Amino acid sequence: MTKPDADQRWIDEDAGPVVRPYAVTGGRAKAKNYFNVVAILIATRSAPPADVAPEQAKLIMLCQRPLALAECAAHLGLPLGTVRVLLDGLIDRGLVRVNEPHQAANLPDDSVFEALINGLRAL
Amino acid sequence: MDYVHSDREGQMPLPTAVKILVAGGFGVGKTTMVGAVSESKPLQTEEVLTERGIGIDNTSGVEAKSTTTVAMDFGRITVSDDLVLYLFGTPGQDRFWFVWDELSFGALGAVVLADTRRLADCFPSIDYFERRGLPFVVAVNCFDNARRYGLEEVRRALDLDPDVPVMLCDARKRQSSKEVLIGLLEHVMKGRGLTRTPQPVGH
Ligand SMILES: Nc1nc2c(ncn2[C@@H]2O[C@H](COP(=O)(O)OP(=O)(O)OP(=O)(O)O)[C@@H](O)[C@H]2O)c(=O)[nH]1
Ligand SMILES: [Mg+2]
Repeated sequence: MTKPDADQRWIDEDAGPVVRPYAVTGGRAKAKNYFNVVAILIATRSAPPADVAPEQAKLIMLCQRPLALAECAAHLGLPLGTVRVLLDGLIDRGLVRVNEPHQAANLPDDSVFEALINGLRAL
Repeated sequence: MDYVHSDREGQMPLPTAVKILVAGGFGVGKTTMVGAVSESKPLQTEEVLTERGIGIDNTSGVEAKSTTTVAMDFGRITVSDDLVLYLFGTPGQDRFWFVWDELSFGALGAVVLADTRRLADCFPSIDYFERRGLPFVVAVNCFDNARRYGLEEVRRALDLDPDVPVMLCDARKRQSSKEVLIGLLEHVMKGRGLTRTPQPVGH
């Protein structure tokens, strides 16, 4: 295994934003998914089960209403990649549902554009 | 793996999310524009990039890696229960193409903000969207002490395709930023052969 002083140096060199995500995801840095920043997440339960990690529990509470991946990351104060890792576990257990956005090329029709323009005008 | 039962009856339909990018050079007003039209203060998120260092650190046996954190800010406009528009400011440092790719994936289009005192700063954004085939408009952010150029002058200086809209804006003003976004949406529609249905007069 790694020597303690090697670990120590690793943390010194990459202090700050790097250490925390590694800690949160239990050392797993790479997510299986690559959800879009505007993929919409929704929790399937009104409360987290007792056995999820604390950050995953927070994510479930946040996603009581539909929220984009980027919004979840911003509210949790975690990098996008870390939230994707947290999501892997939640999706495997059916605790969060994800809706990937339409590809721009096959957005349904005029109606989305009309709705966007009218929505902006109404601001 | 224990599968839990959903305690939500049925499958609640989720909103459609659309994404528009706000790009341009350093300090050109990207965050300002995102904030001017969004329903709350811009949110910030980050992507941590890991770059493999050269060689292996022999003492630990771990490959040396360097990481960079790239911040992006964004805002939300809830159009309706089933349609949400997200605006993303691209990272000012355009060397992070990885993040640009991530942001432009699935985006509807982009606003390229330009400052006439430093027009060349928006070249990388324009090149990027042209290469990617992502529709964009150029919005000249009118800073107070900048000399005013005609839109045609700007178009020529930027060597834009004739169909790319160029407009003036004040990124601090909601009304002005809204017009830019509407201009972009109309441009995107045109590119798809769509036409607007006539609007009621008197807006
Ligand atoms: N006078 C004037 N100032 C503006 C305008 N738009 C932005 N500013 C100011 O310009 C400065 C930079 O604006 P930002 O919105 O932070 O620019 P940015 O493109 O997000 O900057 P980076 O993310 O650092 O690249 C801020 O102090 C704004 O208040 C404008 O239309 N007119
Ligand atoms: Mg900014």
